[in-house]
Order: sequence, then structure tokens, then C-alpha cells
Amino acid sequence: MNLGRTFATAGRVLRQLSHDRRSVALMLIAPSLLVGLFAWLFVDQEQLFQNFGAPILALFPFVVMFLITSITTLRERRSGTLERLMTTPLGKGDFIAGYALAFGAAAVLQALITVGFAVWVCGLTVDGPLWQLGLVAVIDALLGTALGLLASAFARTEFQAVQFMPVLVFPQMILGGVFMPRDKMPDVLQAISDWLPLSYAIDAVNAVTAGDEGWDVFGPVLIVLAFVLGAIVLGAVTLRRRTE
Amino acid sequence: MMSQVGDAPGAAASEPLVSVRGLRVRRGRVTVFDGLDVEIPRGQITGLLGPSGCGKTTLMRSIVGVQKVAGGTVRVLGHPAGSAALRHRVAYDTQSASVYGDITIEQNLRYFARLIGAPRSDVDRVLAQVGLTEQARQRADSLSGGQENRVSLAVAMLGSPELLVLDEPTVGLDPLLRSELWRVFRELAEAGATLIVSSHVMDEAARCDRVLLMRAGHIVADTTPAGLLAETGESDPDAAFLALVERDDRAQREAHARRRRERS
Repeated sequence: MNLGRTFATAGRVLRQLSHDRRSVALMLIAPSLLVGLFAWLFVDQEQLFQNFGAPILALFPFVVMFLITSITTLRERRSGTLERLMTTPLGKGDFIAGYALAFGAAAVLQALITVGFAVWVCGLTVDGPLWQLGLVAVIDALLGTALGLLASAFARTEFQAVQFMPVLVFPQMILGGVFMPRDKMPDVLQAISDWLPLSYAIDAVNAVTAGDEGWDVFGPVLIVLAFVLGAIVLGAVTLRRRTE
Repeated sequence: MMSQVGDAPGAAASEPLVSVRGLRVRRGRVTVFDGLDVEIPRGQITGLLGPSGCGKTTLMRSIVGVQKVAGGTVRVLGHPAGSAALRHRVAYDTQSASVYGDITIEQNLRYFARLIGAPRSDVDRVLAQVGLTEQARQRADSLSGGQENRVSLAVAMLGSPELLVLDEPTVGLDPLLRSELWRVFRELAEAGATLIVSSHVMDEAARCDRVLLMRAGHIVADTTPAGLLAETGESDPDAAFLALVERDDRAQREAHARRRRERS
């Protein structure tokens, strides 16, 4: 690992991102709009928004970051710049870490905006401390980034990268406990959901809004962080200097 | 003074800078190379010429160490191709411009300069060498195709590498710009760098010190521009190439016929 090259890469990715206004708008505002739409939908059933609002907060940043990260990284792989980078002293770990840092920074910004919008505009009530909700939202967005980085390694075209949504993302959303509490699922599905990172992301959000403390919040947060690190390491390991 | 080659120990100076032995490369089910041997001399411009699809890019990718190989060895500056020790001494310019279109030329060059540890002043130097100083603050994707290729070439010249592997750097450029770039290549070689330049335009052969003619995954001729004409008795490189191809075809046919006779 070389910090100088990692930061140079992160800076370059952020510079690319900042020149793409539409992506920035999509990334920062889209999750808030979706949360707002959700709040409006349940405007006459306040309790439903209070129940579902928080888990939704875990979903949207995750999905948006997954899409943006996987497609941007794939573009690098396909444009010939990755091949050129592989002939420079830039390490594979430096490359992946640079991307993770850049999109991680974007994810932090996005999560803060979304949480702020949900609480102060849509009136989501949180029993636990607000900073914990912010932290959990940031980590969920990071999970999207890390899985997006990994997914891009297995896609050859942008079209294939988008196809990972129904394969990797939707099942996690369905089994994550938003639509049905995890302990009420059929045994087999519950066992599967125990292996999916998004389940723990949603557990953490629910724990914070319910005002739980200690391991009820930080246990699932640590599990999600482990998935994030695992995906980043796997992404670096599966990157090849030599290709056909 | 002009050449750094003289400073190197005697043995190293005469040793080829790149040596390819028995290289075998398969892409999918197609065999691109089946036991290729090539040597690239130090401090010269070697032209890699041949029709599209003859294996020029695959050979260049093998030399910079990004090509998956099935067998044989490729050594560069005494190290296995692509090893970490070579990554700031060897530069590669891919066939299509490999730069980031959504940031400026200057931002592209600064990024690559940081990666290879080149001084910041290098950015201005290479911009001047490819004639893009005035466009430095333009986004790379706002340039014409030829300009974008020159940005990509400028990246390869950062940090004064010992070996530059340039895949069709002058394709699509007007004659004026082409001769300007060849003047830059010559300057780099005179300062001691080794260049491998590919082209499918035969008249670029005349500008090289050494010419490797490739066809269908093997070397048809390894000669000098003068030798190319003398050997074939032709007056221009295009005709010389065609003559060599015919000679190669005959040799292949005879070898094939001989093998069949030996079998029966």
C-alpha cells in the first residue's frame, strides 16, 4: 500500500465525479426524494412511515451507491485506463482503496443529507441519538460502494453491471427485514437472510430508531463493516494485472 | 554525451533491452504466438510494422506485462516483463487514447505524474512536446481524436522512462504533426531512451533505426530501413513489404509441403 498513490487516485475519482453534475445530483438528492415520496405516500398513516421510514433510509443510499460505484469502476476497466494503470507503480490495493475512499466520501455526504431530510423535513422520529442514525446510514452507503466495486469485477459491460441489481441487491432488500420482520420469516429464508449484509444494516437502523443501546446497535454495525472490508479486499484480489 | 548507453557496463550495453524467447499467447481458442523470438536493441527506435491483427498489440502488451501468456519468457532491462521494478522505467501508450475524458488534460497528466513519481515540471514539458500547452485546461473529451491521442502519448513521456512502448501513436494525425512527433521520438532516443513504435503504415518504417515486420503472429523480417529495400530490391517500403509477404507465403507453403511429404 502506498498512501500517496491511493490519495492521488481518490482525488482523481472525485475530480471526475465533480465534473459530472448529473451524477452528483443523482447521488446527493435522489435518496432524499425517494424518502420524501415515501413519507407523502403514508401522509395519512403517520405510524407506517415511522415504522418503515428508517429501514428505507438504509436501502436507498445503499442502492444508489451500488449503482454509481459499479458503473464508474467498470468504465475504468473498459476504457483502457485501467490497463495503463496496471503498467504504473500503482498497486491493486491502492487502486481499490482510492475508489473506496472517493466514493466513501461521497457516501458520507449523501447519508448526512438523506438523514437530515428524513428527520427535519419528513418528521421521522428517532428514539436513539441522531448521530447514530447518521453513522448507520453512512455505513450502509459504504456497503453499497464496496459491493459495487466487487460486482464491477464480474461484469464485462455496463449492461451486465446493472443486471447485478436483481441478482445481488433485490434479494437482500426482500429478505432484509423491511417488508417482514426477520424472525417471522420461514426458517429457510431467515437462515439465508442471516448471511446477507443488508439484513444487519437494517437491524442497526431499527435498533437506533427504537432507542436500543450498546451491542444491539454496534453488533450489526460491526458485521456490516466486516462485509465492507471483505468486499474491498476481494475486489483488490480479483483485480488482474494480466488479462487475455 | 548524447547516449547514456556508453555509461553502462560493456556487457549490459550489448545485451538487448527486451528479449522475448519462445513466447506463446492464446486468446480464447486462437493461438496468436506459438514460440515467438524477438530482441529489441537498446537506445534505438524499433518499428513494429504489419497489417492489423498480426499481433503487434499482443506483443507490446506482453512486453509491458499486461498480457496473459501461455509460455515462454519476456525479459525487459534484465527483469521479467511487468515486474514491480520495471513499472516506473517502462511506459505504455495503448492504441486508443487511455486518458480520463471527464477531467482536464492537465489533471490527467498530474495524476499520472504522481503515480510514477515524476516531477511536477514534467507536466509542462510533455505538454510542450506534444504541442498541447494551450489546451491544458480543456477537458480531454472536448478534444479531437488526434489531440486526445497526443494527450495519451504525453502521459507515456512523463518521468523520462527508459523504454517507451507506443501502440500506433501517429495514427490519424496529419503529416505535419506526424513528422513533429517523429522528431520528438528521435530526441527521446538520442537522450538514451529505447522506443518501440507500432504502425500499419509502411512508410513510417523509414523513420526507425530497426524494423520488425510482423505477419500472422510471426516475424517476417528483422532488418534496417535500408536493408528492407536492399533485400527486396524495391524502391518503397510498401512494395518491399508485399515482396516479403510473398516470400514468406512461399516459405510457409514449402514447409507445409515438406511436412506432408515427411509424413507420407
